[in-house]
Amino acid sequence: MYKIAKSNLPALFRTIAEAKELYLPIQTAGQVNFGPWSEDADVDIETLKSVKSPKDVFFPQSENLYTCKKEGKSISIEPETLKEQEFVVFGMKACDIRGVEVLDKVFLADPVDTFYAARREHGTIVAMACHEPEESCFCKVFGVDCADPEKAAADVAVWSMGDELFWKAITEKGEALTKQVESLMENADAESDKLETEKENIRAIVEKLPYTHLSLEGWGGDVLDEKFNSPKWEELYKPCLACGTCTFVCPTCQCYDIKDYDTGHGIKRYRCWDSCMYSDFTMMAHGNNRTSQMQRFRQRFMHKLVYFPANNDGMFSCVGCGRCVDKCPSSLNIVKVIKSMGGEK
Amino acid sequence: MQEELVKRAKELLADGTVARVLGWKAGDLPYNPEPAYFENEEQLEDFVYNGFCGANLSKYMIEASKLEGKTLVFLKPCDTYSFNQLIKEHRVDREKAFIIGVGCKGKLSVENIKKQGIKGIESISGAEMTDDAETLTIQTIYGEKTCTYASAMLGRCHVCKGKEHQVYDELIGESKDTKDADRFDEVRKIEAMSPEERFAFFKKELSKCIRCNACRNVCPACSCRKCVFDSTKFDSAQKANVDSFEEKMFHIIRAFHVAGRCTDCGECSRVCPQGIPLHLFNRKFIKDIDEFYGEYQAGADTDSRAPLTNFTFDDVEPGIVGERG
Amino acid sequence: MSIETNETFRPKIVAFCCNWCSYAGADLAGSSRLVYPADVKIIRVPCSCRVNPMFILRAFEKGADGVILCGCHPGDCHYSTGNYYARRRMTLLFSMLDFIGVENGRTRVEWVSAAEGVKFSQTMNEFVEKIYSLGKNVRLEDLRCRKN
Repeated sequence: MYKIAKSNLPALFRTIAEAKELYLPIQTAGQVNFGPWSEDADVDIETLKSVKSPKDVFFPQSENLYTCKKEGKSISIEPETLKEQEFVVFGMKACDIRGVEVLDKVFLADPVDTFYAARREHGTIVAMACHEPEESCFCKVFGVDCADPEKAAADVAVWSMGDELFWKAITEKGEALTKQVESLMENADAESDKLETEKENIRAIVEKLPYTHLSLEGWGGDVLDEKFNSPKWEELYKPCLACGTCTFVCPTCQCYDIKDYDTGHGIKRYRCWDSCMYSDFTMMAHGNNRTSQMQRFRQRFMHKLVYFPANNDGMFSCVGCGRCVDKCPSSLNIVKVIKSMGGEK
Repeated sequence: MQEELVKRAKELLADGTVARVLGWKAGDLPYNPEPAYFENEEQLEDFVYNGFCGANLSKYMIEASKLEGKTLVFLKPCDTYSFNQLIKEHRVDREKAFIIGVGCKGKLSVENIKKQGIKGIESISGAEMTDDAETLTIQTIYGEKTCTYASAMLGRCHVCKGKEHQVYDELIGESKDTKDADRFDEVRKIEAMSPEERFAFFKKELSKCIRCNACRNVCPACSCRKCVFDSTKFDSAQKANVDSFEEKMFHIIRAFHVAGRCTDCGECSRVCPQGIPLHLFNRKFIKDIDEFYGEYQAGADTDSRAPLTNFTFDDVEPGIVGERG
Repeated sequence: MSIETNETFRPKIVAFCCNWCSYAGADLAGSSRLVYPADVKIIRVPCSCRVNPMFILRAFEKGADGVILCGCHPGDCHYSTGNYYARRRMTLLFSMLDFIGVENGRTRVEWVSAAEGVKFSQTMNEFVEKIYSLGKNVRLEDLRCRKN
């Protein structure tokens, strides 16, 4: 285990960025989102949650798939190259990493999504413990331990404690990254007590959070019919504005749309995140199979809490990051849904 | 005030004047009430009206106008402008609405509280409509914190349009004037910048846009059944976030489409998950309209012609934009 | 012609011309053998008020460096009042473009009647010159539309 003074972090980031691309939470016009590091970027690792989850480091909101170019009577097709550059994502939280595990189930299952797989292969995740969790967090409900990102599928775990940052490599990738920056850090093997105290402190805070003891009883892969047909949906969806905020800030929402963009001299085929809240979601030639907002609203929560666990050995595709709780314009969220239909027979 | 509202709602439900009530339902955190329909006394137990009831319910009245019977709706002074505008555009049915104008002393934004470093919120006192507290006392898991009411207010309340309800059947509760700035100050500040600075400012702000469409969907003036940005015949999707052009195009067109109809209710900026000051676009149009075509407040009446569906023979020429420097 | 030839930059200009006046004005300019740069691509519209703000933005998106809208003189609209509405819309749109930092010389409205072939060619010459001086449109372009 190592530690580094926070005042030394710019040097750490610079060193990482010399060899690899580096993505980390950056403040732009007052909001924190993950973005590429640069010398003048306003890095902010103290804010607990980035507005958008860091999923777009692996699964960008929009990405090009291939480009067709027309010259005279010939058409050329150039596929987009896969990610080859090694990169590091610094400061993902345990819930965000669980989100990536959910995405893995989708994109790394057959047929493998090569764009996503390439990013996963070349990415090194540095996970950060949540020093001060907030009231909208409920990761514990899904078995995520925000105090100990070692347990998550991360390569390096870091803890932000006061003026120092503790650093622990977990995987081989993590060891390799640690080697690269070792000279900037000092050995802290003797201070593991301090770390244990921090973990306990965090866990004690988590116990006090209002959503921590939320019960998932009544939800899971085997309650499809009863939940699908519940009359509650008709009530719950009412305030929904049909915007895509919840889906776009969510670390696990994985639906995308593929479209062609006419460049005037060819076509760019790209994919971009889609939202089940939108009226054109999964629209086909015959029309749309979900015709009302109630159905669209139901789709989102059924997918997270019923369909996904049914197909993935009981794994929920909600990670309890609470971003939708914070951001929904109508103050609707998955917690309200879980509560209002939980335990219902 | 909340008790009074509930009492009156129960009476109106009981005597059959209204078939349902559109108001706010208490959330599971101290600051997240949601817009909701109530159909009986029992449901009204969850009714809440406090500083966090910022949502403008006028938009929901478009759908409510299609339902059987009257809907009792609670509108704050600024919401009534939106409702009036919707009447003018024949998007709501005045006959189907029973409007109770509710008092307002400025609405709160939890984002503004969190911006002051207050997190882990357990309870908030001072946000109720009953007391005139100047401070909010916030219990958090990290100890008790306080902040002033004004510092937690939504940006739009600092440029409040006033305490007068524009349309109502009954009034309940007192309003407070919270205005402490001119609504065009921010616009003027940007106008004073050089084109390069303005370009950089908007580029930075709009780079945050995630194309969630919350600003469009919450807007009472955005009432098209199908938005042009939802068209499948459009090669730039309404949800792609690709380069700065898409976002600019979306926000200019969004604001343009409501120019002359926007009442400046500020919902767009309230709901933006990325905190983009979207009202700047709308206010710029309002300011230009005021300057070029005379002062106009959308929603102040239900029969005047809107600036963009009107003209005079001696309107300014578009060249004025370059000439005024 | 006074336009300096710039090897690296040839502007693309889109001119929306109303069918009844300006398009006929352009015709007259042609048949009178008046010269204006070939960089101007004319799009005929039924009336200047047919031009939706989106048309203007679209033109910039797809690579235009300048957009000009020509219609009948106020008072002469074939549909009586179309150009009055267009005038208000364009004033607001141009002001907004200026507000977000787009150079305000890139957009222009000019009233050109069917008899004003000379004015048409003069306007186009002036406008193209202006765009030459402003250079390539980068603030309102869609990067995806770049050729390489």
